[in-house]
Amino acid sequence: MDLILPDFGLLVWTGLVFSLLLFLLAKFAWKPILNAVNTREQKITEALELAEKTKTEMQALKAENDQILKTARAERDQILKEAKEAANSMIEDAKSKAKDEAGKIVESARQNINSEKAAAMAEIKNHVANLSLEIAEKVVRQELSSDDKQKALATQLAGEIKMN
Amino acid sequence: MQQASKFSSLLQLFVLALSFFIFQPFANASEEENFNVGEMIMHHIKDAHEWHITGPEHGGTSLYLPIILHDNGFKIFSSKHFYHGKEVAVKANDSTTYHYMEGVGPAKGYALYHEEIYKLDNIGTSNGQPVYVLKFHGEHPRNASPTDLSITKNVASLLFGSLLILVIMLSVASFYRKNGAVAPKGLAKFLEPIIIMVRDDIAKANIDQHKYHKYVPYLLTIFFFIWINNMLGLIPIIPGGANLTGNITITLFLAFCTLLVTVFSGNKNYWGHIFWMPGIPVPMKIFMIPIELIGILTKPFALMIRLFANITAGHIIVLALISIIFINKNIAWAGLSVPMALFISVLEILVAFLQGFLFAMLSALFIGAAVEEAHH
Repeated sequence: MDLILPDFGLLVWTGLVFSLLLFLLAKFAWKPILNAVNTREQKITEALELAEKTKTEMQALKAENDQILKTARAERDQILKEAKEAANSMIEDAKSKAKDEAGKIVESARQNINSEKAAAMAEIKNHVANLSLEIAEKVVRQELSSDDKQKALATQLAGEIKMN
Repeated sequence: MQQASKFSSLLQLFVLALSFFIFQPFANASEEENFNVGEMIMHHIKDAHEWHITGPEHGGTSLYLPIILHDNGFKIFSSKHFYHGKEVAVKANDSTTYHYMEGVGPAKGYALYHEEIYKLDNIGTSNGQPVYVLKFHGEHPRNASPTDLSITKNVASLLFGSLLILVIMLSVASFYRKNGAVAPKGLAKFLEPIIIMVRDDIAKANIDQHKYHKYVPYLLTIFFFIWINNMLGLIPIIPGGANLTGNITITLFLAFCTLLVTVFSGNKNYWGHIFWMPGIPVPMKIFMIPIELIGILTKPFALMIRLFANITAGHIIVLALISIIFINKNIAWAGLSVPMALFISVLEILVAFLQGFLFAMLSALFIGAAVEEAHH
């Protein structure tokens, strides 16, 4: 039966040795080992967290950059558009101004021409009138050179008056 | 928990049956001239005051371990004075002859019988020399025993194993102390996953998140103590081979430690569940008190029996398989017995780890139950 009966001497030694082992291991082995492992685990956790944080920050930064880029691009487009518009309007302005100028020039030229024309016409009219008068004087002088002719004319004129 | 108790009662039955079968051939061992398997196995799995290395049981090579007796002061001498003492045959009143070793020199006045030391009765003198006898009552001597604090085979193995654990763990600790919290190398690399397993899968998994830290050193010590001593027990030659973790004294002590830790960790909720189980009618509450009180003891008792039975059984199976050769007295049987013994030995390597793990796991489970807060 001594196989399943505890032995006093062995129990004493076991108690002594195991207690000492537990004390020594707890103080000089488990404590530093667990501390180191815990510290490392904490370090790894922190590093992972930092990496995650950095990743998020990078993403935020990238998003911000994208935003800035987008804004800049939009601004550039706006500026380009405005510039184009300005250029267009300037061209339009210039065109319309030029047209106006041209119109004015043409107008004044026309007026000049007209006035010149009118003057020329008036001169021609005067000239024609003078000529007519001279011709009429010559004709009248010829018509009235004889009495017959004066009579015939008077008759003709009288007939014309009648017709009216 | 219920399963564990059922398991333990089964194991108790098993152990009783086992001891019965083994003791049968053992009782009439002295009459038989032939190789006695039971006697050989029992000799190997039980404690001894020498560490037998090679050769026949008597006159072979042995490491004689110191005997320490407390009998009106301490007496320390080598166990050689028993093993190389005087073999005495005595006829008991049941007409059976018993053989014991009477001590010589400093061991005079003591006798070693079945590895137990007895004080001999002085029955006068012969040729000026005192004459001592060991009186038997049945198969047990009637004489008193001195307090035996000898460094037996198991104590020596215990000291060696503990020293080994200490050396291993201190070297691992010194690695971390030197290198700080870096990735482990060498021995630390090998042991760190196991240490973390004990911390996370045993302690953290079973004990409250905020309280488990306190119990990790105990669980680590108990796990490595059992595991390494189990492994040492599998090595057939000195300094291994002692059936330390298969010794009931060791398993009793370890189980008692777990009992102490559990009882002293128990909080109000734990004791409340034992003495006034909530949620059941009052007569049942009263009925449950003795059951729960027995339950406190059966849990560590199961731990004690489980470890003892598993390791002892492993040793017995390996020895029995090797014995096939000697029973049949033909070396050809080695072709069967050696592969089988090898297979069991390899299996025992797994069992060595498993039993350490189980002991620590169940200890953690019991502690976890003791420190659990009420959750309603």
